[in-house]
Parts: sequence; C-alpha cells; structure tokens
Amino acid sequence: MSAVEAAVSEPRRRAAALSWRRLVRSPNLIIGFVVLVVVIGSAVFAGQIAPYNPIDQAFADQLLSPSPGHLFGTDEFGRDIFSRVLFGARIALGAGIVADGIAIALGVFFGVVSGYFGGWVDSAVMRGVDVMLAFPYLLLAMIVVAILGPSLINAMIAIGIVYTPQFARLVRGAVLAIREQDFVEAARGVGAGATRILGRHVLPNILSPIIVMATLTVGFAIVETAGLSFLGLGATPPTPEWGSMLATGRSYMLTAPWIATFPGLAILVTVIGFNLIGDGLRDLLDPRLRGHGF
Amino acid sequence: MLKYIARRFVQLVPVMIGVSILVFFGMHAIPGDVAELLLGDKGTQADLIRLRHQLGLDQPVYIQYVRFLAGAVQGDFGISLRTRAPAIWEIEQAMPVTIQLSVAALLFAIVFGLAVGVFAARHPRSLADTGAMMGVLVGVSMPVFWTGILLLLVFGGILGWLPLGNLLDEGMTWRHVTGMPLVDGLLTGQWAVARSAAWHLVLPAVALGFTSMATIARMSRSTMLEVLGLDYVRTARAKGVLERRIVRRHALRNALLPVVTLVGLQLGLLLSGAVLTETIFALPGLGRLAITSVLARDYPVVQGVVLIAAGIFVLANLLVDVLYAYLDPRIRYA
Repeated sequence: MSAVEAAVSEPRRRAAALSWRRLVRSPNLIIGFVVLVVVIGSAVFAGQIAPYNPIDQAFADQLLSPSPGHLFGTDEFGRDIFSRVLFGARIALGAGIVADGIAIALGVFFGVVSGYFGGWVDSAVMRGVDVMLAFPYLLLAMIVVAILGPSLINAMIAIGIVYTPQFARLVRGAVLAIREQDFVEAARGVGAGATRILGRHVLPNILSPIIVMATLTVGFAIVETAGLSFLGLGATPPTPEWGSMLATGRSYMLTAPWIATFPGLAILVTVIGFNLIGDGLRDLLDPRLRGHGF
Repeated sequence: MLKYIARRFVQLVPVMIGVSILVFFGMHAIPGDVAELLLGDKGTQADLIRLRHQLGLDQPVYIQYVRFLAGAVQGDFGISLRTRAPAIWEIEQAMPVTIQLSVAALLFAIVFGLAVGVFAARHPRSLADTGAMMGVLVGVSMPVFWTGILLLLVFGGILGWLPLGNLLDEGMTWRHVTGMPLVDGLLTGQWAVARSAAWHLVLPAVALGFTSMATIARMSRSTMLEVLGLDYVRTARAKGVLERRIVRRHALRNALLPVVTLVGLQLGLLLSGAVLTETIFALPGLGRLAITSVLARDYPVVQGVVLIAAGIFVLANLLVDVLYAYLDPRIRYA
C-alpha cells in the first residue's frame, strides 16, 4: 500500500471503527437484534422446533389451556397454537419483507425520478403522492384488496402500495439535496448520463434514510397485513397467519383467551424488534437525532 | 390569515378530484359491474341491458366518471347493493358513531400523551422516564386490534368493569339529534343514555387512541427536552421562576408546535384504526360499514365511504395546518 492510499484509508478505518463502537453500545440495536434473531430463528426452524403440524386438527384436544403438552394451548380445532405461532412467523416476516420491498422499489423509483428530473415530472409524481396520502391508509389498502381480490399476497401488495408515497416523498427530498452537490455537478460535467449519475452517485448517498425507514416500516407492514387478515381480507383459514388467528381467537376470548393472546404477543414482539433496530439505526446514521429516541 | 386558509382550501380541490378518480377507476377495474350485482342470477340478458342503460353504464367511461363526480358532490353515491337503501343514508347513519369514537380517542391520546411526555421530560434518565418510554415503545408497536381484544378480555371479561361492546346497553334507545349517543344524551337530558354511552365508549376510545397516545408522548418528551435546554428557559430559572411555571408557561407552549403536526398525522391513523376498533367492539360506524361493504362487494357504499373518509382526513389536516399557522406566524408568510 502506498503512503497516499494509507493516508486515504486511515480516516475511513477510523470512521468504521467509530461506527462499530456506536453500534455495539446502542442498547436499542442490541435488544432489537436479539429479538429479531429469535423471530427469524423461529421462522427458519419452525419445521424443526414445532411439536405439531400447524394445520393438523385433533378434535379430542379442542380448546386445551396452555400445558407442557401444548405450550400455548390449542384452538377450537385442537390445533397446537405454539406450532401455529412459529409457522406464523414465516408468513409475518414474508409479508413484511414483500410489502416493504414493493414500497421501496416503487417509492425509490418515483422519488428518484421526481427529485432528479424535476419540472412537470416532479409535479405529476408529487400530486399523485398527495392524492394517495389523502386516503386513510387502511381504506386505501382495502380498495386495493377489493380490486385484486382478498388473499394474503394481495394484502401484501396492498400494503406495499400504501407505503409507496412515504418512500417516494422521503427519496425525493434526499435526491433534491444531493443533486446540486459539487460531486454530482462534476459527474455531469465529465459527461456522465442520468442513469450513471443516479446509480453511482445519487443512490448510494441516499441509502441511509431509506434503510432507516425500511426497517421501521417492516414492522408496521407486518401489523397492517395482519390487520387485513383480521378483517378477512388477507390470509384465510387454515393458514397459520397471526392476524387471522387473532380474528378466530376473538370469538373464544372469554373461554379460551390464549388463542388470541399468543399471536398478538408474537406480533408485538416482532414489531418491537424492528422498531428498536429502526430507532437504533436512525440514531447511528443521523447524528442530529441522537439522544432524542429512547 | 384568511388568505392563507383560502389558498390551502383551493389546494384541496385537485387532491379530492384525484381521490375521486382513483376511487372511481379503481372500482371500475373490478370484474363485473353494478348492474350484474344488482340483478344477481335472477335477470335475463335483456333485463341486464335495460338496467345498464338506466344506470348509465352503457355510456363512455369518462361520461360515467363526470356523472359520478356530479352525484358525489351532491352526496349521491347510488343505491347500496346490500340493503337497496341510498348509500349516503347508510353513511349518514354510521358517520356520527365514528366521529364520536375518533374524537374520544384523540382526546385520550392528547391528554395522556402530553402528560406522560412532559412527566418523562421533567425527569430525564430516571427510572420513571425509562419505564414511561418502555411503555411508549410497547404502545407504538401494539396492533390496535390486539389492544382492543386485551382490553375487552381484562376490563370487560375478567374484571367485568366495562361493557363488552356496542353503543349502549341492550334494548336502550335514544332520541337522535346528532347521531352520537353521548352527545345526544347530554343535549337532550337523557342522562341514562349519556351514562351508558360514555361507559361503552371508554374501551374502544382507549384501544383506538393507545398508539397515538404513545406517539404523542414520545414526541412531546423529545421536544420538551429540547426546549427545557434552551437559553430562555435557563434565563427563567436564573430569575428564580418556579419549575412548574417554567414548564407550563414557557416550555410547553413552544414544545406543542411539533405535537400539533403530529396530531394531524394521527387522524389518518385513527380513521384507519376505526375500521378495526369498530369491528372488535361491534360499533355501527363508518369503518365497520366500509369492511362490510368491501366483503359484500357493495361498491356504491365503498366509494361513498372512501371519498367521505378522505374528505374528512384532508379537511382535518387543513384544520391542523391553520392551527399551526395561527400558533406560528412564520408559516403564514412562507
């Protein structure tokens, strides 16, 4: 390594070490990380951990309260709630990731196009965003599901569409701040095209806010998808989905409260995990906000 | 100020036209039209053609949209496919219930959110602050439908302190003035109705407002902490002003500005949460009407509910913007 390379890489190494130190000192990130490892582990190893098949009915075991044989009890069809909650983690995480992925893909596309090109493109995209933000989000999701038809995958698409304007607005703002910077001007000056400037110079510099928002919205996307299933617009029985399990549990709330308690607890723990990581990352990546969270 | 309000009001028109376009063409994209749904399996092909002509469904789509918009402006969304009553009538019956619920939830969220936030900011890094903020984290993360179920289970089922749902006690009726049983009970002196309505409102309002309460607590703690560290607060302390007076007279007023914006944002959350809360507590509001209509493919009612909910939402946001401009004159001239 030459002396110049060493001089350039030293501050980078120091910044990386500083970030790592902050990372391991952030209780939010550590607790959130541990929670999510447990949730993701449950989802990945559900087949190995679950003592029963999540959709197998056993009428002799109907509505059993929690016991060593059935840790979270059983439902009205004698299905083991613990096994269903474990398999439900797969669906919940999948729903969160798919919905968030759709929102990020569409939001980043529209936000970048709007912010970078400006003019009538910007006006058109932003008016569209205004219109979508005028809807109470669940009603917008319900319209999308009504158009596409009720199913789990359509619920995920609906939630993805609902979150798109928020990403578009965030990305547009970040692009507007970046596009006038000297290094973007310089790239334009040496003849780089719009695609190259956006891909090589603009996008890498707006990743931080996108990552923070994506982490925070995964948790909410999980809640919203479960909400649509709770209303009968998402997953249908016997799919072990937390929202539809809660909907079933509501009918047995006074006689078998465990049916609704454990799926709800699973949603809560998962969302807390994502929120803690999102808050931790925000503190880490945006020093202005450090100390304002909890 | 009036000029500002007029300008903001004019800006709402294109947004609402955009909403109507999205709702109309969204519903239009669904396979099968209203005539088919109205006739069901009973009618012949000739009946179908006649009904389509009567309803104007044989017209070009842009004409249909203009007619829809003209009807919507006058509150005519067509006939409910489920009940055969005018869609607007169904909406009029349901809307007061949702307004009563949302206002109660918002009041709960603001009062308790500010109290928790200010308390935590006055005792930063204390055990109480940590506990309050942990509660806030749980509150922000709790799905409204689970909060509702837990509240019903604990306070309705196990403790038996509060009723398990519905607007009023079974068999109780009331004289309608606004359609909101609590308000009507108070206005007309039907104290038993007012008492029963208030009792039935507690759990749904707390369930619906819980997440907003946590969000407001979090924001007010953060802004209070910032304001309490500013120079003018230090000056007030140096002059010997009592801490309680500093918080009430000097810090809270300035810390409230971002909270006002947040309250505006919470309205969308409340209207969405109302769909779930009304389903859990069996309340005949706009949210429950929306979900019933979506499941029954009752599109005239869905269109009406969505347009009216979006209208309420944007108007409420306008109100918040006006309030913000009133509180901070710099906004008016920006």
